[in-house]
Amino acid sequence: MTHFRTDLRQRAEELVSLYPRARSAMLPLLHLAQEQDGYLSDEAMAEVAELTGTTPAEVRGTAAFYDMFHLEPVGKYVVGVCTNIACLLAGGEDLLAHASATLGCSVGGTSPDGLFTLEETECLADCNIAPVVQVNHRYVRTTTPETFDALVDDLRNGRLDHDVPPHGTLIRIRRSGGLRVERDELAAERAEARAAREARAAAEAK
Amino acid sequence: MASLDAPQIVSSRSKFADSFTLSRYLETGGYEGLRKALTMFPEQVAAEVDAASLLGRGGAGFPAGRKWSMLRKAPVSYLVVNGDESEPATFKDHYLVERDPHQLVEGVIIAAYALQVTQAFIYLRGEFALGLERVQQAINEAYEHGALGRKIFGSSFSLDLVVHPGAGAYICGEETALIEALEGKRGFPRIKPPFFPAVTGLYGEPTVVNNVETMSNMPWIVLHGGAAFAALGAGRSAGTRLFALSGRVRNPGVFEIEMVKNTFRDLIYDPQLGGGVIDDRAIKAIIPGGVSAPWFGPELLDVPLGQDEVAEKGSMLGSGSIVVMDETTCVVRATWRIIKFFSRESCGQCTPCREGSGWLERILYRIENGGGRIEDVDLLLDLCDNIAPGLTWPPQQTTICVLGPSMPSSINAAISMFRDDFYAHVQHGGCPHD
Repeated sequence: MTHFRTDLRQRAEELVSLYPRARSAMLPLLHLAQEQDGYLSDEAMAEVAELTGTTPAEVRGTAAFYDMFHLEPVGKYVVGVCTNIACLLAGGEDLLAHASATLGCSVGGTSPDGLFTLEETECLADCNIAPVVQVNHRYVRTTTPETFDALVDDLRNGRLDHDVPPHGTLIRIRRSGGLRVERDELAAERAEARAAREARAAAEAK
Repeated sequence: MASLDAPQIVSSRSKFADSFTLSRYLETGGYEGLRKALTMFPEQVAAEVDAASLLGRGGAGFPAGRKWSMLRKAPVSYLVVNGDESEPATFKDHYLVERDPHQLVEGVIIAAYALQVTQAFIYLRGEFALGLERVQQAINEAYEHGALGRKIFGSSFSLDLVVHPGAGAYICGEETALIEALEGKRGFPRIKPPFFPAVTGLYGEPTVVNNVETMSNMPWIVLHGGAAFAALGAGRSAGTRLFALSGRVRNPGVFEIEMVKNTFRDLIYDPQLGGGVIDDRAIKAIIPGGVSAPWFGPELLDVPLGQDEVAEKGSMLGSGSIVVMDETTCVVRATWRIIKFFSRESCGQCTPCREGSGWLERILYRIENGGGRIEDVDLLLDLCDNIAPGLTWPPQQTTICVLGPSMPSSINAAISMFRDDFYAHVQHGGCPHD
């Protein structure tokens, strides 16, 4: 019995097969685990360790380095408000304070109903609409306290379910296609091409 | 007057609402560059890129052609595209991956062909969820279209392309840290030498790492020739470039303009570009190339937007992001927020950066919030001197990577230009702007 649901376990194995070495699938697999559980549970990390040929400690140690991974449960919606330089100049700090009051939790905390977790983020690279807000890593156009409150209301009432998937879902488009060739065959082709190139270079040198 | 006659090389499709779809891409000349490249020898494609004099668009500005040619002796194993765009106020790669993912994919295939690589990765910031979906969709469509996979467009060249999500770490934009992340590890920059992944890269094999915008230029360069690209711009700064303008301007955004032919003033004030400062206020300072760059005062607004032109004035064009601070901006608060960013993003390997960033952040915080002392101002500079001895530009390095030595830029600039503002905070017992 795997911790990953059957369909996600299959996706996990596909992800591992994309890379020359299994460990390279670490970050994609952790995103997948977070998609299933909303955060990284011990059981999920143990399974990622098995899939990547590492230990659970190595998985945790890697996951802990990255801001997007949560080692504790979070709300259904993780709301990020940027206060870095471009957003600072556009009132990002005031918007963050307003968000904290509206959601009823401090920065880093979760709202009493367990629905929202609030984060202060670093630059999210969308500075032309500063101050920038993301919900579950989807950009939302909310630059004033009023539009922020409307956003929260929409999220609470499920009006944005189509645009904003639950926390952890990073990518909704699955990979199709791919190169199904033996690596030896590819290497032989490249060696042939390289020999041809060297022959051209030699001919030019003469 | 701004010079806006140059062609839109990488941003021409963004005016279409469906710019990210294969159908729009094919209607507007998509994959023609790749078809042409496949009729050429790989070294001829590389020679065109070399002739274009394209400087890498990631931030360091290393010539893309030379990055490739350093490797010609040993075959390259992997091509990795750096789409980790996290330098504060930089948002041009984000614009490209969401609006023109096929252009990026085509550029990667062309570069892979020139380098004769059969496995390529696009590393994208995890926070770009929509960008990841658009690029994955483009890759799926490219396979379907025959532009990726086995024997591309009937040629003898095959390529597999994988999009790899990051997970939130500024440091992964540093190319050796990016490779560590791609190997499934913490994003710790690698000890140098070797200086280039070209020598020891992914899985210890020769690897080329190029930026998203650099790759997005490839289709145009192949179609129109390297000489046509090199004819734009001036000096070492060839072609056009995407500039990301933000801060206290009326019309912030990403603008593709010819390098060197325009100045900071053109970009900020031209009605078709930045449209001027909000409420017509005076400019206090600008950050000319990402928060790692020393600031410019208003007296330097007429410096042309070129790599060497900005370097001559003691800063850098860096990641092509320009932040405008007007006369109402508190420079102490701005500096504090920039250093807070570095403190948060320091990977923790090197003492000067790990410890220094926290000290600097706390000192700036207390000056801004009423706990500052007069001697704190010089203490900041002393600490900076420990991280980047001599406070020179470009900075001296005491650390594995340039993150730590990037911190003194803004502090040194802010204190040199606005020392009295710092003193005013101490005397006022807090921020006079509050």
